[in-house]
Amino acid sequence: MKYEVVIGLEIHLELQTSSKLFCGCSTIFGREPNSNCCPICLGLPGSLPVFNRRAIELAVAAALALNSDVQEKSRFDRKNYFYPDLPKAYQISQYDQPLARGGYLQIEVDCASRIINLERVHLEEEAGKLIHSSESIMGSDYSLVDYNRAGIPLLEIVTAPDITSGREARLFLDDLRSVLLYSGASDCKMEEGSLRCDANISLRPAGSDELGTRAEVKNMNSFRAVELALNYEAGRQEEILAAGGTVIQETCHWDEERKKTIPLRSKEGSSDYRYFPEPDLLPLVLESTFIEEISAALPELPPARRKRLKEQYGLDASEAALFTFNRSLGDFFEAAAARYNQYANLAKWVQGDLLYYLRESGKNVEEVEPQKFVDLLTLLDKGDINRPVAKELLSEIVLSGTSPQKMIRDKGLGRISGDEQLLPIVEKVIAENPDAIENYRQGKEKAMAFLVGRVMALTGGRADPGEANKLLKEKISRK
Amino acid sequence: MKIYEQTAANLSKLLQNKEVSSVEVVQSFLDRIELIEPYLKSFITHTPAMALDMASTVDNRRAGGEKLHPLAGVPIAIKDNISTRGLRTTCASRILENYIPPYDATVVETLKQVGMPLLGKTNMDEFAMGSSTENSAFYPSRNPWNLERVPGGSSGGSAVAVSSGMAPLALGSDTGGSIRQPASLCGLTGLRPTYGRVSRYGLIAFASSLDQIGTISLTALDSAMLMNVISGYDLLDSTTLSEPVPDYTIFLDEGIKKLKVGVIKENVSEDFDPEVTAAVMKNIALLKESGAEVDEVSLPLTDYGLGAYYLIAPSEASSNLGRYDGVRYGFNAGGESIDDMFSATRGRGFGPEVKRRIMIGTYALSAGYFDAYYLQAMKVRTMIRREYEAAFKRFDILVGATTPTPAFKIDEKIDDPLQMYLSDICNITDSLAGVPSLSIPSGISSGGLPMGMQLTASPLKEGLLLKVAGFLERERGHLPLRPKVKLPEGGEV
Amino acid sequence: MAIDFSKEVDYVARLARLTLDSEEKELMAGQLSDILDTARRIQELDTTAVEPTSHVVNLPAVLREDVTMPSLTLNRVLQNAPRRQKQFFRVPSIAGLNSEEVEE
Ligand SMILES: [Mg+2]
Ligand SMILES: [Zn+2]
Repeated sequence: MKYEVVIGLEIHLELQTSSKLFCGCSTIFGREPNSNCCPICLGLPGSLPVFNRRAIELAVAAALALNSDVQEKSRFDRKNYFYPDLPKAYQISQYDQPLARGGYLQIEVDCASRIINLERVHLEEEAGKLIHSSESIMGSDYSLVDYNRAGIPLLEIVTAPDITSGREARLFLDDLRSVLLYSGASDCKMEEGSLRCDANISLRPAGSDELGTRAEVKNMNSFRAVELALNYEAGRQEEILAAGGTVIQETCHWDEERKKTIPLRSKEGSSDYRYFPEPDLLPLVLESTFIEEISAALPELPPARRKRLKEQYGLDASEAALFTFNRSLGDFFEAAAARYNQYANLAKWVQGDLLYYLRESGKNVEEVEPQKFVDLLTLLDKGDINRPVAKELLSEIVLSGTSPQKMIRDKGLGRISGDEQLLPIVEKVIAENPDAIENYRQGKEKAMAFLVGRVMALTGGRADPGEANKLLKEKISRK
Repeated sequence: MKIYEQTAANLSKLLQNKEVSSVEVVQSFLDRIELIEPYLKSFITHTPAMALDMASTVDNRRAGGEKLHPLAGVPIAIKDNISTRGLRTTCASRILENYIPPYDATVVETLKQVGMPLLGKTNMDEFAMGSSTENSAFYPSRNPWNLERVPGGSSGGSAVAVSSGMAPLALGSDTGGSIRQPASLCGLTGLRPTYGRVSRYGLIAFASSLDQIGTISLTALDSAMLMNVISGYDLLDSTTLSEPVPDYTIFLDEGIKKLKVGVIKENVSEDFDPEVTAAVMKNIALLKESGAEVDEVSLPLTDYGLGAYYLIAPSEASSNLGRYDGVRYGFNAGGESIDDMFSATRGRGFGPEVKRRIMIGTYALSAGYFDAYYLQAMKVRTMIRREYEAAFKRFDILVGATTPTPAFKIDEKIDDPLQMYLSDICNITDSLAGVPSLSIPSGISSGGLPMGMQLTASPLKEGLLLKVAGFLERERGHLPLRPKVKLPEGGEV
Repeated sequence: MAIDFSKEVDYVARLARLTLDSEEKELMAGQLSDILDTARRIQELDTTAVEPTSHVVNLPAVLREDVTMPSLTLNRVLQNAPRRQKQFFRVPSIAGLNSEEVEE
């Protein structure tokens, strides 16, 4: 029997505020343990939460960017469970009245457009962090708790079970991340834990409408891990079903080293979070003007930009994707394109050499002036410099920001040509390489390539190879 | 003139006229504490040095010609569920026996700004769960009117301190009667303000949607003066109300002509001690003689209030008390695994009544029971609020007894939780409705125990309650009620 | 109809993380049955079409500005810690916890 894979994702995202969701403690990453803590985020007896306006704004911005329907009234609830990283033994979250309902993200899978629907977007608080005494949780006889993260605003995004493969999950996450970065809601740094993803995955006979028994997969620490874990888990479930077995509902961890999903031991009885309305916080009521202002302030979002980049500049799918995902590179491209209309050439240089030198130098594209870059391409187009020189100059533009014209003047980097400049060098090459001249005369064309190469070497690449070739032939035949 | 017998208002006058210094005032109360506290056990933590220190600061400021708040230099006792920075705050629980908050509750910060010396932290039922102060993990407090009797609870320590002259004023907290019931049993004025009138920031939560800090005092004027200090919007408590705070003392001298008074049938019940009801009716007669329009009103949902309260309060409590897990503060029983530690810490750290309520609340919120218990209780709460709204269309204030009987004996109800719960029967619905409610002395029983009368108004009408209380004080002309504390070895002080 | 709470005591105590000895359990089973019998009287009321009241304050939530405030010093944060190690709170092994209760 053929099976189809059904995947739903649950994404947690730390919102980019200065202070925590319910208190004034800083959200800065990497501070000394337990130094960003106060009575509120430590859950000290008697402390009370107060909403951070910015967190609400960012959550609304993210929800709007995901086409989710922001609710005029939403409510906060307590999710009760005991865990040492949870200071109050409940998480302030949203249960049956979330911040936003529904929504979707349009993604591209193999050049085809797919809609992944969302169920909800809601706001909640982050927990603290546990550090285990040994590598694995099971092997640790004690753990250490750091509450610096406790209380940082988290956005939870829950998708519908619309995703059909590990690869699709990864593509969705790429696009989701991009949309969230554009919305300004989060820095989406998976390595710092500011974006995390859990998945529900089940299999069903192809064409069936019913959902199979699902497994929950956690501990996937990169988008690549999500793809691998879900593919692995889909394969595991298919084997079970194909052998006539049944999948049991369980939670498993992705083991990055062994590249497999490991079921977690689960005690009898399922969780019972005893949700109830948070009495310390009144319902969140958002005026329509508040939502409209945030909506108006949203930038052009990735799906729209990608489409426009193709139409406006004739870019291909991968170029449009690159300039969308890498927002600042895309911004640079568009700034340069406003001054230079050879878009294909521009795109080639931006994604090729520019990106290379940026990586080499560790600089940000924001530090490069589009005008200087465009000047460089124009000099090259006019033949004032050649490609090797252009690359050298580009490297320098990235490093120091010096204008290409100035460098050409100062370093004498212009082209070497004509009888006055190039001829003496040609003559020197002929004088130094009698064997090659002899070979050429005997009809070995390769010898000419060697001689041109010598000219190029002596001019530091600043000669035009065609001109060198022409002069060499003239000189040799005259002799 | 004994300083410790003065009302806060009198002390305020004496201090402002520089007839006494704050240090003298504080010393008088400290002496009184030294004399009778061993018999009454109203405090958990004494802070004599801190009190004297704050007093001398106020004296210096006054000597320097600074304009001070009327209550500057008047000392106060604070219930031990209100956080005090650097000062042990236990909630009368083993689990917080050594807990030292690193911050002050908003009300404490305000008291410090005003310059009210802190005499100590008062005894209470553990986590404010109880009606007799017998649920204190440390020791029960005793009623100064009769040492064999309970002072009520959970703010029992605060009531004892004020009643016996160990403090002129005290802060308590009231979730389902915890200010009004002990005030009634000790012959005091106890005000539970409108929910949201006083900041809860720093008040260790029992049931967040019901908890309110309020005043325990000898007179309505003292309560009004203290309300002027503690009321108002607080940025740190989202549930506080932003309405401006009136000067509550201005209501005291107003007349009560045409005041529409509703006597709550259920709170002058035939099941109550007849003396309690008679005392209430006597006071109502006074109101009537002075031009108030009195009529009876039935609030039939009062019968269901207890049920709703004993689902909502324990449910919220079960969540609020989850944080006592031995990780960040408080008692820790140790254990091999984290779960062992959680369960042992909580099993040994909490007393029986607290565990009982955590169990009820956990059960009421758990999957499968939520709708039938918690949700139904919240709907009943809506119905109760509507019943009050309807009543306040007809009446300005509602009156009845505060408690069905005067103070009961120590150990009398401790083994029967339901009987204990019933002693708050008149107080609970006001709490559920979120309306202000005041208990004032109504008389002394033939057994020599004080009895109380409860006045209830619509939200933010504390001034109206204080007005009626002030009027009755003047009419009766015998307040404040002061017990002679009979010492076990003989003698009265 | 009285509820026999004895069946529930173990489950609820586990949910609430309360170790109870057998005496406590027995006492509690009886007391909780009585209390719940009283509480259950509210089920007599017809509450169809009644909205629940979770807050008596009928106002929307207050929002504060996103401004950082000084945190507590590390000493203050840890001063009440029953077990600490360097700048951390220390807890026993979390192995064996019900995985369902580990999510956020
Ligand atoms: Mg969540
Ligand atoms: Zn904080």
